[in-house]
Amino acid sequence: MAGAVNLLVQSHPINSALSLIAVMASLAAEYLLLGAEFVAAVQVIVYAGAIMVLFVITIMLLNAGKEERSKGSRVATLLGIPGVLIGGVLVAWTLLHRSNMQATVPIGALKGDPRDIARLLFRDFLLPFEVTSVLILIAIMGAVVLASRPQAVARGPRKDGG
Amino acid sequence: MVPLSYYLLLSGILFVCGVLGFLIKRNIITIFMSIELMLNGVNLSFVAFAAHWHALSGQVFVFFVMVVAAAEAAVGLAIIIAVYRTRETLNVDQVNLLKL
Repeated sequence: MAGAVNLLVQSHPINSALSLIAVMASLAAEYLLLGAEFVAAVQVIVYAGAIMVLFVITIMLLNAGKEERSKGSRVATLLGIPGVLIGGVLVAWTLLHRSNMQATVPIGALKGDPRDIARLLFRDFLLPFEVTSVLILIAIMGAVVLASRPQAVARGPRKDGG
Repeated sequence: MVPLSYYLLLSGILFVCGVLGFLIKRNIITIFMSIELMLNGVNLSFVAFAAHWHALSGQVFVFFVMVVAAAEAAVGLAIIIAVYRTRETLNVDQVNLLKL
């Protein structure tokens, strides 16, 4: 599964959105293997559903064609890519050599059924939950304001904020 | 029984792919998708650690990360649409109004 995900990610045309959907789906399968059923369902619904539909609609709306190859900034090329590679190699080396390989995760170890998660979410994490609801409300309103036509914005905001 | 480090390795690979895409790609939508890829990598490590320590709160954090990612995608794509309306391009090299 790691190879498949990696291969899908490495091919980067403009239809990388589709490969990203495939990555999301395989990650959902991974969550199912780990026993986190609720997270897998939310992954499919939110990521592979909502967010990727947003991406695909935006690509279609903006008529995004082939991406032209252009020289990036020198700093990104000279410092960024070796830095990323060194970081990735360091992380891999640390994980593979320093961590004890006996720390295994059994398949389906965690009973992530929705009842327990809901109990945790609405009792222990109630305040963050409400804060995220406010955040997503603000995000929706900001998206509507940003994506609306400029003359509609220039007409002035309405008195009722909604 | 899959070792925990395999999950963390996959998560790290996803994150590094996201960072590489963020640095290499010049299309602003693809850069956004790289950010989503990084968030997914972190989510995978969250779930793996939650399964390792038998703690459900990791999955709750994954839920929060997904909510934040959804909000960020909505706002970011709206910004992309606004940028495209004013600049008529999706290439980040041509959005250089703030450059000296």
